[in-house]
Amino acid sequence: MAAINRDDVAHLARLAHIEMSAEELDRMAGELAVIVDAVKSVSEAAGDGVPATSHPIPLSNVFREDEVGHTFTAEQALSGAPDSDADRFKVPAILDED
Amino acid sequence: MSDATLSFEEAMEKYDPVLGFEVHVELNTKTKMFSSAPNVFGDEPNTNVNEVDLGMPGVLPVVNKTAVESSIKIGLALNCKIAESCRFARKNYFYPDTPKNFQTSQYDEPIAYDGYLDIELEDGTVFRVEIERAHMEEDAGKLTHLGGSAGRIQGAEYSLVDYNRAGVPLVEIVTKPIEGAGSRAPELAKAYVAAVREIVKNLGVSDAKMERGNVRCDANVSLRPHGRERFGIRSETKNVNSLRAVEHAVRYEIQRHAAVLDSGEPVIQETRHWHEDTRTTTSGRAKSDADDYRYFPEPDLVPVVPSREWVEEIRATLPEPPAERRKRLKQDWGYSDLEFRDVVNAGVLDEIEETIIAGATASVARKWWMGEIVGRAKNADVDPGQLGVTPATIVELSKMVEAGKINNKMASAVLDGVLAGEGTPAEVVEKRGLAVVSDDGPLLEAIDAALAAQPDVAEKIRGGKVQAIGAIVGGVMKATRGQADAGRVRELILEKLGVTA
Amino acid sequence: MTETNSTELIRLSAAQLAAKLAAREVTAVEVTQAHLDRIAAVDGGERGVNAFLHVNTEEALAVAAEVDAIRAAGGQAAEELHELAGVPIAVKDLIVTIGQPTTAGSKILEGWHSPYDATVVKKLRAAKMPILGKTNLDEFAMGSSTEHSAFGPTRNPWDLDRIPGGSGGGSAAAVAAFEAPLALGTDTGGSIRQPGAVTGTVGVKPTYGGVSRYGAIAMASSLDQIGPVSRTVLDSALLQQVIGGHDPHDSTSLPDPLGDLVAAARLGNVDGMKIGIIKELHGEGYQAGVENRFNESLELLKEAGAEIVEVSCPNFQYALGAYYLIMPSEASSNLAKFDGVRYGLRVLPEEPPLTIERVMGATRAAGFGDEVKRRIILGTYALSAGYYDAYYGSAQKVRTLIQRDFEAAFAKADVLISPTAPTTAFKLGEKLDDPLAMYLNDVATIPANMAGVPGLSLPGGLADEDGLPVGIQLLAPAREDARLYRVGAVLESLLEAKWGGPLLAKAPELAASTAASSHGGSH
Repeated sequence: MAAINRDDVAHLARLAHIEMSAEELDRMAGELAVIVDAVKSVSEAAGDGVPATSHPIPLSNVFREDEVGHTFTAEQALSGAPDSDADRFKVPAILDED
Repeated sequence: MSDATLSFEEAMEKYDPVLGFEVHVELNTKTKMFSSAPNVFGDEPNTNVNEVDLGMPGVLPVVNKTAVESSIKIGLALNCKIAESCRFARKNYFYPDTPKNFQTSQYDEPIAYDGYLDIELEDGTVFRVEIERAHMEEDAGKLTHLGGSAGRIQGAEYSLVDYNRAGVPLVEIVTKPIEGAGSRAPELAKAYVAAVREIVKNLGVSDAKMERGNVRCDANVSLRPHGRERFGIRSETKNVNSLRAVEHAVRYEIQRHAAVLDSGEPVIQETRHWHEDTRTTTSGRAKSDADDYRYFPEPDLVPVVPSREWVEEIRATLPEPPAERRKRLKQDWGYSDLEFRDVVNAGVLDEIEETIIAGATASVARKWWMGEIVGRAKNADVDPGQLGVTPATIVELSKMVEAGKINNKMASAVLDGVLAGEGTPAEVVEKRGLAVVSDDGPLLEAIDAALAAQPDVAEKIRGGKVQAIGAIVGGVMKATRGQADAGRVRELILEKLGVTA
Repeated sequence: MTETNSTELIRLSAAQLAAKLAAREVTAVEVTQAHLDRIAAVDGGERGVNAFLHVNTEEALAVAAEVDAIRAAGGQAAEELHELAGVPIAVKDLIVTIGQPTTAGSKILEGWHSPYDATVVKKLRAAKMPILGKTNLDEFAMGSSTEHSAFGPTRNPWDLDRIPGGSGGGSAAAVAAFEAPLALGTDTGGSIRQPGAVTGTVGVKPTYGGVSRYGAIAMASSLDQIGPVSRTVLDSALLQQVIGGHDPHDSTSLPDPLGDLVAAARLGNVDGMKIGIIKELHGEGYQAGVENRFNESLELLKEAGAEIVEVSCPNFQYALGAYYLIMPSEASSNLAKFDGVRYGLRVLPEEPPLTIERVMGATRAAGFGDEVKRRIILGTYALSAGYYDAYYGSAQKVRTLIQRDFEAAFAKADVLISPTAPTTAFKLGEKLDDPLAMYLNDVATIPANMAGVPGLSLPGGLADEDGLPVGIQLLAPAREDARLYRVGAVLESLLEAKWGGPLLAKAPELAASTAASSHGGSH
């Protein structure tokens, strides 16, 4: 497994939508390299035949009946909003269409 | 800036199109996929939401059972296998219409997979489209872009977000690559989406209104030179939201790809945006490393394990598939290919079926709907079914005609009366004083006069040319100002001339 | 009420308070006020404990007054009062509450008020337990020292220059400092148990799904669990009984109840029970004083009739590594919602262009602290294309191996035992610059989260070398939380007999703070 470097961290920070200064990227790269090195043994611990466990206690088919429950008023919905207009959340322009 | 295109014919000469579709179907459940907030279209912004739909800190999703059932129904109707066990996953990406900044979807374990749909093209050719998968997911909220060039995202100063639609249950139906459609690719595209729409509507799991976004289509197009096996690079045209647009978008993309390939440039793998006004697409976003969605199993939900008993229970409730139903009805009703296609295109299949169930014969039902009602609906600019004609009205009218109480011409007038709100057909006949002359006395007089006026015709009929009788019947009808029962007139003429029909 | 009476009240256990309230020897308002006074006295100021981020004075007293009114009126309503009605409680500020701010210890949520209550909070309200306030924590529960709180560290009541553990240092310190008889915590890798160990309190991580997570701000969904913090084993049982049970809002909530935990805590014997020492969770890497107290507890249990066996869990060596892949992966996704669009902080970029992408980036840069950023980046890495199988995928397989280790161990023993943490409380700032050293604090607590099994930490005495509390951890098979309470209560009584009273009686007196008035509202 490749070590994690500054460019990796810059890419990951973009994916995670966290702006980072050059200094922060350097520091983070150093810290993460140590952590990644410490956890890398995990990838060799289990053989191919071992199934993955994503839920500690296996349950299945947990459903909700299709019945309408409570809703907020627009005022309640927007009560914590940093900015709003016309009963909607207001955000600055979106660069990337899709 | 518009892209270069080749003519469709030239593109087809040089290249072989490969299609693929991702159709999103909004389910018409009462509540959302993972929250109990109502799934309703068109309400005031941010009122069909609770803490779950707004992605508030601490919230957890719970799967809507009806949405799972609807998804299984769709899977079965698409001839898919239903997974023994499947899971939800998180698709991670930041976008302000996505309250959690991930979409809860199914990734490597869809609820339905490996199906197919037989698509009948206009000339009756059947084309099999293979279905890769149908999976459950949630819809996003709605963005409105304002300021700058209003309505368009480019140049907008700000956007407003309404989360009413966030969390509405979706089933995404993904085809395998569709090869071999050739120049019929655009037609197939339209027919495929129409078929999916018809199926989900028939199942009752979606309102299936494309204009409301209940059914949305992303169309993938790639070209390859004839004879080559490897696929070309594809474009994905997003949100093509009418049947006509699907056809046009596929056609346009084929023409555009052909021009790009002809120029020797590579096709870019990108999303394209469809513009109804110009019937062209424009470049959206190229695939980039920002498309790393970091899928992983949704830890807040547990696997969905549809028991085989449950699947069979659901299968037993499925309505007849639209294509099979059409085949059956055509045979039952004895219509010609042309007659049946006209009925389907006029959109009165259900109405004719109901009219027949109510007691009319197949030919009478067709005659009324196609001959009388479709035209009136067109004039009124509504669907035939919405004009207000009930099957009972038609049955009553046709019985009156059969019984000789009124003739066809009068029946049409009675229908006008019914639609004008004058009451039932019987009441209209009564009010308007429309009734055929049913006393044979005056009729016989008129027949005698008509026979006397056309002795050569009378001779022909006597000689066995019964089809000549129309001229005599016409004379009688004229003499009685249309008030006579033509059938009865005919009987009396034959009787008089001693001919058996 | 006299000053002495107040001082005595705050030292009573929840069970003792409940008995006095039921007997009408004391009122709920008196009990609640005594704790509010204690908070005012020791929590604020330069050298205050700083366990509370918000004190809920008005509402807590109103609930207490309501309980008193019902009791005074008598009749059916009084009879139907919950056993713990009127017993006050503190709530970790990761759990959402209507009427009080919820910050998760982060600037990104500063000033946010939840429009809904967590399921556990609804249960506290139904039981009419006055909520004293919200307790401090490492930001988004990410840490083992409470130093990663955006609102300053909590101090350990045993030594104000030391950490109270984390992430639930606020809840543990509040209970240890007699500011609350009970508290709620959350435990993802030890955040209830490790603070319990280093503050000399009891903390329980129930079986995964035993307590609803609805309304607990998620760090790692498949590991998080809400649980009780208290000064006695019985009190934790009483509290888990209140907050536990199936919740239709949590799909991972267990459908069946876990049995009578309070009865288990009152059973009082371990005769014939097999207690397994986990070979991999003591010895090397564990402080000598921790090891000594651990061995002492084993002796006491043996004397009480338990059979001590040794079990081996070889895959536990991978638990910490796998945890530091799974936890950040889930956290990176769970924390994506904090983006400055719907609630909380919004920070505009300093220079144009002003786009939502840049607002999100600036908001998250300013709103999250270093440890949160570190874990988000690590999790983003572990889930990203090309690395998923090696990291997240492998970690999920290790999870299977850990579960198998537990299965094998529980085939040999009814309950497993280990020290809760390898060391006693370290000094504030000591490990702040060394994330890896900080992570090692959770080495003994993490396996339980990975497998979903319940764990309890109780005070095991003071380490010889530093005189600070040592925690003993008990682990039981999934859904067998009752066993923890049964063994825990017995061990607790044996130890207290040895000490001549509760361990916390040995804790130094806290000086009343001069700047106590800084509390009472929001931080």
